[in-house]
Amino acid sequence: MANVDKDTVTGTETTGHEWDGIKELNNPLPRWWLYVFYATIVWSIGYWVVYPSWPTFSTYAKGVLGYSSRAELEKDIAAARKAQEAQRAKIAAAGIADIVKDQDLLVFATAGGKAIFAENCQPCHGPGGAGRPGGYPVLADDDWIWGGSPEDILTSIRVGIRSGHKDARASEMPRFGDALKAAEIAAIADHLLAFAGQKPKSEAGAKLFAEQCVACHGEDAKGNKDLGAPNLADGIWLYGGTREAIVAQIANPRLGMMPAWESRLDPVALKMVAAYVYALGGGK
Amino acid sequence: MNKSSAAAAPASLYAAREDIYPRKVQGTFRRLKWAALIALLGIYYGAPWLRWDRGPEAPDQALLVDMPGRRAYFFSIEIWPQEVYYLTGLLILGAIGLFLVTAIAGRVWCGFTCPQTVWTDLFMWVERLIEGDRPARMALDRAPFSAAKALKKTAKHGAWLAISFVTGGAWIMYFTDAPTLMREFFVGASSPEVYGFTALFTATTYVLAGFAREQVCIYMCPWPRFQGAMFDEHSLIVTYEDWRGEPRGGAKHGQSFEGRGHCVDCGLCVQVCPTGVDIRKGQQMACIGCALCVDACNSIMPRFGLPGNLITYDSIANQAARMKGETPRVRWLRPRTIVYAAILLVVAAAMATALALRVRTEVHVIADRAPLFVRLSDGDVRNGYTVKILNMERADKEFRLAVAGVPGATLNVPGFTAEQADHAVLPVKGDSIGTFRVFVRTRPDRLGARARDIEFAATDAVSGRVYRRTNVFNGP
Repeated sequence: MANVDKDTVTGTETTGHEWDGIKELNNPLPRWWLYVFYATIVWSIGYWVVYPSWPTFSTYAKGVLGYSSRAELEKDIAAARKAQEAQRAKIAAAGIADIVKDQDLLVFATAGGKAIFAENCQPCHGPGGAGRPGGYPVLADDDWIWGGSPEDILTSIRVGIRSGHKDARASEMPRFGDALKAAEIAAIADHLLAFAGQKPKSEAGAKLFAEQCVACHGEDAKGNKDLGAPNLADGIWLYGGTREAIVAQIANPRLGMMPAWESRLDPVALKMVAAYVYALGGGK
Repeated sequence: MNKSSAAAAPASLYAAREDIYPRKVQGTFRRLKWAALIALLGIYYGAPWLRWDRGPEAPDQALLVDMPGRRAYFFSIEIWPQEVYYLTGLLILGAIGLFLVTAIAGRVWCGFTCPQTVWTDLFMWVERLIEGDRPARMALDRAPFSAAKALKKTAKHGAWLAISFVTGGAWIMYFTDAPTLMREFFVGASSPEVYGFTALFTATTYVLAGFAREQVCIYMCPWPRFQGAMFDEHSLIVTYEDWRGEPRGGAKHGQSFEGRGHCVDCGLCVQVCPTGVDIRKGQQMACIGCALCVDACNSIMPRFGLPGNLITYDSIANQAARMKGETPRVRWLRPRTIVYAAILLVVAAAMATALALRVRTEVHVIADRAPLFVRLSDGDVRNGYTVKILNMERADKEFRLAVAGVPGATLNVPGFTAEQADHAVLPVKGDSIGTFRVFVRTRPDRLGARARDIEFAATDAVSGRVYRRTNVFNGP
């Protein structure tokens, strides 16, 4: 190559390209580098053939390996389920009371129960069982209308509250707005606030309470878990603790509903979520 | 525009690799390189076999990065995941150390201790053993295909692959128990990952040390591109005394060197160079500073009765001084060497202090955020916490957990205490994390504020040492 253009300063060949008097030196890349580049192109074509690639009108090219990340995931889930089988079998066989006493089973059950809770219970009861105003009880405290023992919690979850399930937990608070005068209802509300130490005692209210409410809520207003009659003496109010809210609840009670989960969750899942809820607040 | 390309065939933009056949050489630096090679490879292949007693629960390997177990073991030091900053410290030490030796003695890392150099050197030694020295290898490559050639090439690549396999396998041993790996590997009982990574590291060793060689230094490695910034005129580097050597030319024995340079243009310095550099052209990126050209030149100079060290390890300043007939002088203490050494000392001291003072127990308290607090039936306010106690020592421990800062507060750790206890005794197994749900309650009227600081104190039952953590107790 007799006419190769050399840069006079460095003595290096130029590429022969010249723009406005500026020439590019030829510092050639190694040839293997070029081949590696070609190899990546060939590799990418192979990739198209082997793995799912471009979309078609109604589906997509599946590739000769038939690889699918969803199938991989299902395989992983199946493997994880298999790994859990022994402990799930133990939970299936054990009673809920034994599960919460067995430290290993409890850790496994609450870990699974946490996920089940987040998926099914959290929309109403809030993260961590924090509850929501307007009839969604706090599950992290020790106030349980239907009982907070592991068995009671499991039953509540299984059959629901006023859910239409044949064994559903149900309680009926009468509408006292039809039977009592507004002043009488207000007096009962004052009396109830006095139980929690928030108001001075009301003689008229005490009398009315003894006549109308004691049958379900008890003389000391501590409620009755068998009837689902809430404790009215503890300062914890499902529908609000203001005087107005209490008056409203006596006059025209709101009665919440919780679905029965028996038909939606398998028995193991029911026990796991019950164990988790029990562990949130310790239960009573 | 573009006049020249019309006249001449344009030069190719891609260059084929020029084969390099480094010649055998003997001398001081070659001996140094052998010593470095034997020492470094000895450490690399041998270190995973060092044992260290860690009790029945942990692996007895002195150097081990246990990925599944989330632990790194370095003799008596056990690193947990949250302590990886020690790795940062090591990397800083490595980088500054590299800067310091480069400022003092040029590219000694590249020339003597870089893994690419060490394994390439080993592969070249095998190559020379099987195919002979430079002229024999050149002749063999030019020769037509024959049974003898095939045998030699097969033997060479077989030996290379064997070394590569041992190299790849040894790397895996730093991540799993070496004797167990040895037992399982050859009966097919190791995991697919072990076989996969062994194959990968075998292949990379084979390709990098067998074929890529100097191209790694020239095209792939970033270090040669900025190592020039670590030098100054007092750094010791491989230099050619061009003021003494030029004008060069062929020479006969007993010939007078009046009026000409000492370089006899034998070309030996180029022939021995593992990267094919001509050092007589001056400093260049491809020179890895291995100083084999110094050995080569020093083997020639005495034959002509000339003083040695025409190519030598020397600084630019010294070269200038010699040229003028002044006494050369090595200056070790220069601003940059002092600064590098100071940083090195500070980082090393900080790491040593951190290691000496590090506590092998950690307590973390995480407050429940939903709900922040709950009211209990008797009017009490209760907060929930998750307490994690990291027991990084081998022995099982017991901690006495108590809270302070909230008047009238009692605690309850389900499974470990009764309701409303004043303290809890929590067992934590050796080398593990204990996780406990802790409920703290008090009367809201004693709280005095919406939120108060609460202090958790975990007392080591044996040593009596107290670990404190502050958090918040929320109320209405």
